[in-house]
Amino acid sequence: MDGGFWGGYVWPGIIIILQIIAIIVPLIVAVAYLTYAERKVLGAMQLRQGPMVVGPWGLLQPIADGIKMIGKETIIPSGANRVVFMIAPMLTFLLSLVAWAVIPFDYGLVLADINVGILYLFAISSLGVYGIIMAGWASNSKYAFLGAMRSAAQMVSYEVSIGFVIITVLICVGSLNLTDIVMAQEGLWFAIPLFPMFVVFFISALAETNRSPFDLPEGESEITGGFMVEYSSMTYALFFLGEYANMILMSGMTTILFLGGWLPPFDFAPFTWIPGPIWFALKVAVLLFIFIWVRGTMPRFRYDQLMRLGWKIFLPFSLIWVVLTAGAVVAFDWLPN
Amino acid sequence: MAFIDRQARNFLLLELLGGMWLTFRYLFKPKATLNYPNEKGPISPRFRGEHALRRYPNGEERCIACKLCEAICPAQAITIEAEPRDDGSRRTTRYDIDMTKCIYCGMCQEACPVDAIVEGPNFEYATETREELFYNKEKLLQNGDRWEAQLAANIAADAPYR
Amino acid sequence: MIIETIAFYLFAFITIASAVMVISSKNPVHSVLFLILAFFNSAGLFILMGAEFLAMILIVVYVGAVAVLFLFVVMMLDVNFAELRAGFLQYLPIGGLIGLILLIELIFILSAWVLAPEAETVARAPVPGGDISNTDALGRLIYTDYAYLFQAAGLILLVAMIGAIVLTLRERVGVRKQKIADQIARKREEAVAVRKVGTGEGI
Repeated sequence: MDGGFWGGYVWPGIIIILQIIAIIVPLIVAVAYLTYAERKVLGAMQLRQGPMVVGPWGLLQPIADGIKMIGKETIIPSGANRVVFMIAPMLTFLLSLVAWAVIPFDYGLVLADINVGILYLFAISSLGVYGIIMAGWASNSKYAFLGAMRSAAQMVSYEVSIGFVIITVLICVGSLNLTDIVMAQEGLWFAIPLFPMFVVFFISALAETNRSPFDLPEGESEITGGFMVEYSSMTYALFFLGEYANMILMSGMTTILFLGGWLPPFDFAPFTWIPGPIWFALKVAVLLFIFIWVRGTMPRFRYDQLMRLGWKIFLPFSLIWVVLTAGAVVAFDWLPN
Repeated sequence: MAFIDRQARNFLLLELLGGMWLTFRYLFKPKATLNYPNEKGPISPRFRGEHALRRYPNGEERCIACKLCEAICPAQAITIEAEPRDDGSRRTTRYDIDMTKCIYCGMCQEACPVDAIVEGPNFEYATETREELFYNKEKLLQNGDRWEAQLAANIAADAPYR
Repeated sequence: MIIETIAFYLFAFITIASAVMVISSKNPVHSVLFLILAFFNSAGLFILMGAEFLAMILIVVYVGAVAVLFLFVVMMLDVNFAELRAGFLQYLPIGGLIGLILLIELIFILSAWVLAPEAETVARAPVPGGDISNTDALGRLIYTDYAYLFQAAGLILLVAMIGAIVLTLRERVGVRKQKIADQIARKREEAVAVRKVGTGEGI
């Protein structure tokens, strides 16, 4: 680097920090309003109104909730392992944020355009389980521990099929770079030729983010909140924010892998006027709606059914699709590059 | 054929989609909830809420201290003491209802021969302290004055069925 | 570049420090957590070398899957520390011997590595020249020169997996299992019959 100390280190550093803030602040706002949207949509599906009191149509509800959370007392159980207990929620929240570094919002609009973007996303999402396991173990509580055990087995199981789905997409793209993956979908989104994989990926994403119908690690009705049972105040809020940020992240990943990222659905006039980031946000929003919609519809899986679905149905199914896709790509000479 | 049909249904997740379609339709249905402090549901004339002691239109209190309500009260929430008044009529000197004991069964208003003690339509009388729920005669008469119009209308509306 | 140097020493120091903590911490769960930290920082070192594919695979495979299972098992174990420490002196001689042998082997390997000049140049330049990424280069190497070895490694893992399943598989007679397919396939007509029942008659 030339340009000395200021030009070489300080200014680039400041620019990177500003970029990070430009990603994180909208993300946190999106998370806050995702909780609002979830309560509204779930309410509407159950013939209720949802939050109505704070602000017009309850629009200030997330802010009120945030202030309430900050104002509460953090309780650390006396039997808990204090350090691990406090690290766990921070880790969960941190991991849900760092993954956004590689998400491209438009062509070139990405913080770090690394060559192994999709692997980075996969790695980060597979780390999410640590926050939960550590929380469950450090709480020194039976319910929390049960939640952690369930979560560990569940997330490891569904990562396998997510891995195969990613491989299927990679066979069609020929690159691990997220921008390349999106650009390969110009004209035809992968959701159409790889529709079954899209469904498998989405359902696995539900399991990976511990969302209903796979919310066994929380399991309010059986283990009273699972790994979060001993958490309060900001530590709880961090788990909460992390979970919802992960939902948005998985929706973003689905959008990039299958729904053409920032690309408009049709490549002609009225659609191309709308800028890429807005298309990206719209697609993510639709997927998030489906996340909430599924929660409003499905009852929770039983644990053995969950394992059966992961290992006996999704794994063989996605494996067969990897082989089929690879075969088709070679047979019809559709190989990329 | 049935087997293929069933497998196809399983494979296309038709049952899941059916469930999703149902919740999607519910999304647009009118809401069943009321926005409570601003909207309230209808209340039957027989609704048994907060107690009140009524007066005659000329201002004379109805209660004749017969103590039937005190006797019938299953929770023993009512305490009455009575003495002849200066004009010789029998009146209560003390009429207390412990609202924390009351089970809102409505036996007192059924027992009352002069429709003096009634349970009114009011159910929003939560207090900050327990002591405020130990109602005395003054408070009950005050309730009666406050709700008299509605109490009279409710009794009139219910009269044909008695 | 000073930042890379700082990053290298940071990663290297944390790797070694957490590796020491893995074997010295008293709580086995802490050991596993430090092991994960060590994996992480090794991944950081890989990235500094320009081998980002290996770094990601290290995190996905070791941190994301293997260490989770480690942690899973260690958490469920009820480890008695007093008992563990009681056996320490008894196993010290044989443990020390194994450690010594390992140390000698390591010295041999390291010295041989320094003595072979072509290995040194390869190690110094893990990133191939030209515009192919190291993922690409790795794939070309694995699926051409070392295809058979790669397949053999896969087979060994498969054998280990099947072995583990066979060892733990337990056939019990008389177990009534849920048949989900049958349950789903059942129709209303097969399961429910509506009959008129006269008063005092029963069916």
